[in-house]
Amino acid sequence: MPRGDQWKLLSVILATALSFWYLWPSYRYYSLTPDQRNRLPHAELTDLRRKAIHLGLDLQGGMHLLLEVDKSKLSVAEAKDAVDRAMEVLRNRVDQFGVAEPLIQREGENRIVVQLPGLTDRTRARELLGKTAQLEFKLVRTPEEAKSLFQRLDNYLAARGAGAAAKLDTALQHQPLTGHFMDFGGSSAFVRLEDTTTVGRLLATSGLDSIIPGDSQLLWSNQDQNFQGVTGRSLYVLKRTPEMTGGSIATAEARVGLESTNPGAWGVSMTMTPKGRADFGRVTGNNVGRQLAIVLDDKVSSAPVIRERIPSGDASITGSFGIDEAKDLAIVLRAGALPAPVRIIEERSVGPSLGSDSIHKGLMAGAIGSALVVVFMLGYYVLSGGVAIVALVLNLVYVVATLAGFGATLTLPGIAGLVLTVGMAVDTNVLIFERIREELRNHKSVRQSVNLGYDRAFRTILDAHLTTLISALFLFQFGTGPIKGFAVTLSVGLIANMFTAVLFTRMIFDFMLGRGKVERLSI
Amino acid sequence: MLQLLVGTDFPLMKYRRFTYIFSGTLVLATAVWLLIHGGPKLSVDFSGGTLMRIHINQTVAPDQLRKALDAGGLTGAELQQLAGTTGSEYLIRLKGGEGDVAASVQNAISKAFPGVTIDTARTQIETVGPRVGKELGQKAIWAILGSLAGILIYVGLRYEFKYAVGAVVALFHDVFITLGVLCFLNREVSLTVVAALLTIAGYSVNDTIVVFDRIRERNKALRKERHSRVMDIAVNETLSRTVITAFTVFLTALALLIWGGEVLRDFSLAMVVGVAFGTYSSIYVASALALDTWISLDRRKGIKAE
Repeated sequence: MPRGDQWKLLSVILATALSFWYLWPSYRYYSLTPDQRNRLPHAELTDLRRKAIHLGLDLQGGMHLLLEVDKSKLSVAEAKDAVDRAMEVLRNRVDQFGVAEPLIQREGENRIVVQLPGLTDRTRARELLGKTAQLEFKLVRTPEEAKSLFQRLDNYLAARGAGAAAKLDTALQHQPLTGHFMDFGGSSAFVRLEDTTTVGRLLATSGLDSIIPGDSQLLWSNQDQNFQGVTGRSLYVLKRTPEMTGGSIATAEARVGLESTNPGAWGVSMTMTPKGRADFGRVTGNNVGRQLAIVLDDKVSSAPVIRERIPSGDASITGSFGIDEAKDLAIVLRAGALPAPVRIIEERSVGPSLGSDSIHKGLMAGAIGSALVVVFMLGYYVLSGGVAIVALVLNLVYVVATLAGFGATLTLPGIAGLVLTVGMAVDTNVLIFERIREELRNHKSVRQSVNLGYDRAFRTILDAHLTTLISALFLFQFGTGPIKGFAVTLSVGLIANMFTAVLFTRMIFDFMLGRGKVERLSI
Repeated sequence: MLQLLVGTDFPLMKYRRFTYIFSGTLVLATAVWLLIHGGPKLSVDFSGGTLMRIHINQTVAPDQLRKALDAGGLTGAELQQLAGTTGSEYLIRLKGGEGDVAASVQNAISKAFPGVTIDTARTQIETVGPRVGKELGQKAIWAILGSLAGILIYVGLRYEFKYAVGAVVALFHDVFITLGVLCFLNREVSLTVVAALLTIAGYSVNDTIVVFDRIRERNKALRKERHSRVMDIAVNETLSRTVITAFTVFLTALALLIWGGEVLRDFSLAMVVGVAFGTYSSIYVASALALDTWISLDRRKGIKAE
């Protein structure tokens, strides 16, 4: 084998091995039954889902929304971070839908894209996302109050047989609720992320409301927290009646140097409106030493301890904040003070069955189209046609692996792009083979014909690829979701094709022709 | 060895007057159609509004369904019944994209037909606000202009003037006639159709390049021959590959059209039509025009040519 071909062989083997490496998680993820998926550990499943090729909403079903922040009623200063505020509010709400991979992304000046894969109740989603944000300050119940409430809930649930399912775990039999708490310190309980659904279900048990005192409520923290290396959320027991609402806040911003003992630490400084100042002074004065929870849309953003009475209306919230956490909390406070209304200006929803229909139909069309091409190539070019088909299969493997590797999304137009790639990829080999046949007809030797065929067809092939690539790039530029998927598969397919249909097939021909004299070529 | 269209010697260029008339008629018909109708029929992607695909468990006559929608205050709905496997599938088009139009449709239907249930797992809803539609339209136009410009520049750099004219006209010809065919068949232009048109633009030049490369090659070897003869030789020599390369793409596009489902129908239809015209035009628009440009350039220089 010539030296050049050794390199070609090596690169083909490497590229193929790498492709299978990237395809493996997709194969695993999509071959699992829903039941098997549920049994996988949470972290492993998340990792697998992240590495597997993503299906567009048109294939898996779900809801795509484009929201516009309505700044028309806001002053210039108020409008400044309106989109950030709206996004924070949306982020706070989105996990209520219980979808696996929600996406919230800013688009342009004042728009936000929200994608909720697998969502079925679209009416509720529209209502929830369009609602105005509500920020409240609520007192956290004392540890004793919380503890006694949790105990009563445990007793109620145990008596109702809620713990019966956990036959082996005696702790869960007697403490169906608190048995799920990883930690209960102060006035909130820490629950592992994978247990939050179970706990939520327990709390929704009918009749449970009668145990919770009328002026108390249980609320979750708004984002994942880390406790002793475990991800989870906190469950708070709060006084239901708010002490104050977001309307009392004038400004809030993230700052350093709020604490004299720790001048480098981030915190949030907050100023009250003149009317809010009096309320705030009274609330803080009456509750020194207790926690005051900042609640946005029934989710606890933070629950700082009141250190002293604050009559001035200038408060600072400090603690173990990172810069991002401090900024997020400041945005939450501003969002509550100045709601930024959003309007839905575009919606695309696809039912899950329609999505899986599309997958089946797309794959069916792809299989039949490919079969037709394979039959034609084998019938017309015989053995050489077979080489082209191997190249084609490699091409498809590379394209799908690239999509998986770069976390690109496969959409229905993307599948169409793949199917068209099948037709366009063999074109390259048709051009080469026709040229080789022509040289053979001119009585050139087999080896000469192959060399000339590849060399002379190359420029044409390059041109043909480049022009299609130009269109694909412009498509990508303007691309909205599904169209982008099409542009990506088409572009990757074209680039991969230069490798498989030119370099790879040439290597096979060189290999077949070997060193000896070859009289005939099956082409 | 199986061979198709090899060693042919059709006097192809002789007939170019007829094909000019054929192509011209199609282009003109498309232009007239567009003028009369004020442009192509736009989907909700561009016009704004709501497109719903619903699946219900009983067959309801479209007229009754329309009455139910009218009663619910949803006037001016366009209804289309699709062939469903179980129950019935309908496409509903409504103007106006503000508020939850889809929910109003569902309410109106359940109110008018108490026994009817709508399968939410088989419902598709596309609501596009008027401003978003307008923006998407502008983006589409820029994408089309941009990619055309990109291809033009590429062809201009790669080929002499006489070839570039042919390639460019052929490109416009293919895209425009494909649009025309969609219009005649009363299909809507959606985002995916625009994607198909752009793909056709890129692909159209492919076939043309194969022929042009050969013309240039032959032109060097056959200086003494008449221009039209050089063209005929080059086109005949590349005829088999022109047809075969188009054929494989045509096969896959056809498979998409037949088996790819309702969602891809317009896209695949555009591809099938575009690939067919792209093949024809690489010979009878691109090459033929290159020939005529070549002849007229020579005549201007005082050389007698044909």
